Amino acid sequence: MDLMTIISVLVTVVLWGLVAALALTAAVRSKALFREGMQEGSRDFVVLIPRVLVGVIGSGYVAAVMPQETIGAWIGPNSGLLGIAIATLAGAATPGGAVVGFSVGAAALKGGAGAPQVIAYTTAWSLYTLQRLINWEIHMMAPRVVWLRAFVSLPLPLLAGICAMLLGKP
Amino acid sequence: MAERRRVRTFEWSTAIIAAVSIIAGTIVYFRDGSDKFIAILSSDLWLFGGMLPKMAAGCLIAAFVTRLLPREVVARVVGGESGVLGILIAMVMGAVLPGGPLTIFPVAGAFLLLGADVGTAVAFITAWNLLGYNRALIWELPFFGPEFVGWRILIAVPLPIIAGLSARIVARAVASRWGGDQWT
Repeated sequence: MDLMTIISVLVTVVLWGLVAALALTAAVRSKALFREGMQEGSRDFVVLIPRVLVGVIGSGYVAAVMPQETIGAWIGPNSGLLGIAIATLAGAATPGGAVVGFSVGAAALKGGAGAPQVIAYTTAWSLYTLQRLINWEIHMMAPRVVWLRAFVSLPLPLLAGICAMLLGKP
Repeated sequence: MAERRRVRTFEWSTAIIAAVSIIAGTIVYFRDGSDKFIAILSSDLWLFGGMLPKMAAGCLIAAFVTRLLPREVVARVVGGESGVLGILIAMVMGAVLPGGPLTIFPVAGAFLLLGADVGTAVAFITAWNLLGYNRALIWELPFFGPEFVGWRILIAVPLPIIAGLSARIVARAVASRWGGDQWT
């Protein structure tokens, strides 16, 4: 077993330990609380499986049909700062829910994009998801707070991409 | 009273991804043959299957945290803090509190009403966006695998602090230049 596998198993053990601790805390407070938590958690899991599965499998096929040379040239491992900037813009412009951003990012990574560029992409997409900004944030927060957050978030995807590039990881 | 997170059973973006996937899968099948088609399918299914236990844990943790950590408590804890400590606490809360925009934005709004500065709210929302375990476990892991996600999150740890501090600086600059420091 390599180190990543051991860490991965440990994370799973810790997570289920956390589940056990939380479930126990809920059960001590009331049986109903425990039952509701278990039911909702399981239901969410079952509903999410097909959605994530569609994106995960789809990203593999989309990566296979995408032109690898073009992706490599624009956002490949050797595309450097310009590639990080392009990925940031693409991430900020990607619409849709969670499955879209991660599907596109995974397809790009499998199709020849560099890891720092994909990190910049997912970071920009997480910070700016337009649909969420317009549908939720702008109505629930004061507009000037939303603009301030968008403004100070501008350098963050670039910082994340550059940091990954300097570290040479993942 | 714990509020329900809503995971919708149908979503347009998923339907579009499914359509694109079927087209791409058909192209791969007829252009590259069934061996390539099955090779891609099995490697993706393998990754996905390996992440299922973590996804299940993520869903259960989210369901219990929503019930055991009422958002009023989070708002009170963060809303009363200020300074760099306030930003750090907001960051931890943003990473820990599960749920979608329906949960997060009202909590951030409540910080401001309770007297926290705008930097705290920005750090909270940024941490939720970039460090939330909920999204990482349920969505990101099956797509990218643990090594990529681990480094991605490690690199993102300082970002909510940077966002919170710069929001504070910009807010002060705006207030001293044009007046008005109301952010609620």
